[in-house]
Amino acid sequence: MRGLPLPKLIAAILVLTVVTSVIMLIPNWDGEQASTAASKIDTLLDVMIVLSSFVFSIVMVMMIYSIWKWRAKPGDESDGAPIHGNTKLEIAWTVIPTVIVLFGAVYSWITLSNIEAHDRDRMVVDVYSQQYEWHFNYPETGTTSRELHVPVDRQIEFRMHALDVLHSFWVPEWRIKKDNVPGITTRAYVTPNKTGDFTLVCTELCGIGHATMRAPVVVEGSQATWQEWAAKQPPIKEGEVPGETTPKVIRQ
Amino acid sequence: MAGVTAALFKTPGWWRALAYTIIAGAFGFALVVALRKVSGLPAFQTEQTGYPQVIVPAITAPLGFLVGIGCFDYWFRWAVGAPTFPVEREHENHGANSLRDYFKVNTDHKVIGIQYLVTTFFFFFVGGLIAMIMRAELAQPGTQIVDPSTFNSLFSTHAAIMIFVFVIPAFAGIANYVLPLMIGAPDMAFPRLNALSFWMLPVAGLLFVGSFLAPGGAFDAGWTGYAPLSTGAPLGQSFFNLGVQFAGASSIATALNFLVTIVTMRAPGMNFWRLPLLVWANLSTSLLVVAATPFIAGVQFMVLFDRILHTNFFQAAFGGDVISYQHIFWFYSHPAVYIMMLPGFGIVSEVISTHSRKPIFGYRLMALALIGIVVLSYSVWAHHMFVAGMFSWLRVPMMITTLLIAVPTGIKIFSWLGTLFEGVIHLRSTAMLFALGFIATFTIGGISGVMLGMIPLDIHVSDTYFVVAHIHFVLFGGSVFTIFAGIYHWFPKMTGRMYDEKLGRFHFWGTLLGTWGTFIPMHWVGMDGMPRRVADYAAQFGDWNLLISVFAFMLGAAQLVFLYNMVVSWRFGPKAAANPWRANSIEWQVSSPPPIFNFDEIPRVVGGPYEFGVPGAKHAIMAGEGREAKEPEPAVAGTTT
Repeated sequence: MRGLPLPKLIAAILVLTVVTSVIMLIPNWDGEQASTAASKIDTLLDVMIVLSSFVFSIVMVMMIYSIWKWRAKPGDESDGAPIHGNTKLEIAWTVIPTVIVLFGAVYSWITLSNIEAHDRDRMVVDVYSQQYEWHFNYPETGTTSRELHVPVDRQIEFRMHALDVLHSFWVPEWRIKKDNVPGITTRAYVTPNKTGDFTLVCTELCGIGHATMRAPVVVEGSQATWQEWAAKQPPIKEGEVPGETTPKVIRQ
Repeated sequence: MAGVTAALFKTPGWWRALAYTIIAGAFGFALVVALRKVSGLPAFQTEQTGYPQVIVPAITAPLGFLVGIGCFDYWFRWAVGAPTFPVEREHENHGANSLRDYFKVNTDHKVIGIQYLVTTFFFFFVGGLIAMIMRAELAQPGTQIVDPSTFNSLFSTHAAIMIFVFVIPAFAGIANYVLPLMIGAPDMAFPRLNALSFWMLPVAGLLFVGSFLAPGGAFDAGWTGYAPLSTGAPLGQSFFNLGVQFAGASSIATALNFLVTIVTMRAPGMNFWRLPLLVWANLSTSLLVVAATPFIAGVQFMVLFDRILHTNFFQAAFGGDVISYQHIFWFYSHPAVYIMMLPGFGIVSEVISTHSRKPIFGYRLMALALIGIVVLSYSVWAHHMFVAGMFSWLRVPMMITTLLIAVPTGIKIFSWLGTLFEGVIHLRSTAMLFALGFIATFTIGGISGVMLGMIPLDIHVSDTYFVVAHIHFVLFGGSVFTIFAGIYHWFPKMTGRMYDEKLGRFHFWGTLLGTWGTFIPMHWVGMDGMPRRVADYAAQFGDWNLLISVFAFMLGAAQLVFLYNMVVSWRFGPKAAANPWRANSIEWQVSSPPPIFNFDEIPRVVGGPYEFGVPGAKHAIMAGEGREAKEPEPAVAGTTT
C-alpha cells in the first residue's frame, strides 16, 4: 500500500465513525420502550448503528481521499498505475465482511430466541382483525372489547385471526409486529413492562381504511386492575366471531 | 381503395396496428358475450372481480396490436412456407434513417435500444409525476388532495410503472445498445425477437396506466398485490395481472436473447475473462430473469384466475393458502431486486475504470461476485416475510443467506474503491459523478438492507417507512443513479452528440441532495412508528413529512433539467468524437453513432478491456489496423485461450 498515509486514514475513519455513531445514537429513533423485547431490539439496533457507521466511514473516507489525492490535473491525459488487484486485500475484504455479517446473524438469532421465549403463566388474548377494525377476546375472563387492555409485567400470547384480508398487528412501543392471515392463526408474544396508553397500528395494506385502522391499547398497572376492567366488558358469545356482522368471505 | 386495404391489412405499421387492435378487441368482446348468451347468462358481468367482457379484449387487443405493428410478419410467412423477404429486402427493417423509423418494428439493436430508453423514460416521468402527487398529499397529516382509495392506486401504479416499465427495461435498453458492440457482434442473436420484446413494453405500461380508467379505479393492492386483497379488488387489479404478463414476457425474451448473444456471438479472442464487466453483469441478470420471472407471471395468473374463474388458490375459506402467494411472489421479486441492480454494477464498472484511467481492481473476483449474487439471491426471498406468519424456523436460514449476500456486494464496492486508487480521476463527466454518488448512496442502502435482514429489527420496522427508505436508497440511489451514469456515459455514442456537462452537474447535485434529503428522514419516521402505504398518518410525523416532501419536489425538479439537457443536446449538442472518454472497449472504437451493421469486419480481441496504463496493451484490433499488430499482447486480466 505504498503512498497511502495509513495512520491518517485510519484516524479519519475512526473519527467519522464516532461522529456518525454519536449523532445516530443520541436520539432514540425507535421511540418509547414499553415491552421487554424493546430494549433488546434497540440494543441490537445500536450495535448495528456503530458497525454500519464504521463500514460507511471506510467507504466514504477512502472514496473522498482517492478523489482528493488522485484527481487529474487539468490537461493530464495520462493513465493511472496499471494495478490489476491484490490477492491478499481481496481475500481480506471477502473474509472480514463475512465474519461481521455472521456475527450479526448469530447476535440476531440470540436476540430472536430471547424475545420469543414463552413464559409459563402467559395470558392468551385472541385478536380479530377485519376491514377496518380490531376486536379482542379475553378467554381468562370470557369477555370481549374493542380496546386492547392488558396487565403490565405479564407475558401475553396474542392469537391472531384475520376475518377478510391480511392485516398486521403492531404496537411500535412494544416493537412487536405480526401479520394476521386469513385461514391460519398466527401468534406473537409480548411482555409489556410499562403502563400507559398506546396505539395499535395496522401495517399491512388492507384497503381504503388501512391508514386509520388503529385501536387504543391500555397497559393496566396490575393484574387486579386489569381483572376489574375485563370483568366489566361484554361476554364472548359462544360460537360467534366478534364484530362479524356481515359474512366476511370476500366473494363466493 | 386498394391502397387503403393494403395500409390496413398488408403493410405493417400504425394503421394496421390500429385496425388489428380494434378487430382483435372486438373479437374478444364478441366471444365473451356470445359464449355467455349461449350459456344462458346475462351478456355482461359486472362483479368487481369479474368483467370478462373487459378482461378478454384486454388480452386480445394487445396481441392484435403486436401483430398489426408487424412483430410477427416474418415468422408467419416462414411458418406457413410463404416466401419471406427477398434478399434485397432482408434488411429493410434494420437501422433508422429518419425519426419515423423509430416508430416502426425495427431489428437493429441500436434502434431498439433507443426505443427502449425513450419509452422507459416516458414512463419514468409518468411514475415520477405520481410520486409528486403522493408527496403533495403526504406533506401534511390528514387527507387533502386525494382520497384514500386514489392514494392506494397512486402508490401501486407508481411502483409497478417504475419497476416493470422503467428500471428493468431501461437497463435492457442500455445493454441492447452497447452489449453487441462491446462483444464485437453485428447485432443481437435474435433481432426479430428483440423487436417483439420491445413492443410488448408499451403494452404493459399502457395497461398499468389504463387501469385508471377502469371502474373502481387503478389497481390499489400495492405493487406486491398480496392476496386476498388483490383477489377481491376492483377491475383495475386485473390490468395489473395482465400488464405483468407483457412486461415479464418482454423481460424473459430479452434475457434469452442476451444469453445466446453473449455465449455464441463474441468476437474471435473474446473469451469470458476478457468480457467487459457490463457484459458479465447482463449475463448474470439474464440468468436471473429466465429462471425467476416465470414465477411472477404464474402467480399473477393465479390471482387473475381466482378473480375471474373463481379458482381458489388464495381463498382460505375454500382451502386456499394465503401465504403461498407471498412465497411465489418473492421467489421472483427478490431476485428481481438484483435484476434491477446487477446491470447497474456493470455500468458503474465501465464508468469508474474509464474515468479513473485504471484497470478494474480484482476483475475476476468482480465477475465471480456477480455469479455469487445470482446463486445466493435465489435463497433469500422469505426475508420479506419475517412477520408474515410463515413457518417460523425458516426465518433463520433466510436471515443468514440474506446477510451473506452483503459479502459479494461489498466486494464490488471495495473493488471500485480499489480502482480509484492511484488513478488519474476525471470528474468532468456527469457519468462519473453519478457513479461515485451511487457508491455512497448504495452503501447506505446496503447497510439498511443488512439491518432489515436481521429478524428482530425487521419485526419492528417491517412495513414501515424504514422499508420505503431502504428500497428507494437501493432502487433510486442504486438502480436509477446507475441508469443515469449509463445514459450520460453512452449518450455521445448513441446520439453522436455531446450533452451539456454544466446542466449534467446541476442534475447530479440536485438528484443527490434530493435523494438523501427525501429518503434519509424516512428511516427515522419509520422507526418511530409510521407505517407505509398510508394516505394519512399520526400528527407527530407532520414536520418530518413536510421536509421529505420539500426535498422530493426538489428531486422531481432536478429530473426536468435532465429531460431538457437530453432533448436539447440530442438536437443541438456539439458533434461527439468516436471515443470522447478514451475508453478501451470495442463500442468506442467505432464511429458515434456506430455504422448500421456495427463493423465492416468483426474485430479481433487480443486482451482485457481495462488495460489502462499497461504499455502497448490492446483490447481489440479493429478492421484495417491488424497488419502492424499481429503479435497478440500478453493479456494481463485474463489468459489467452
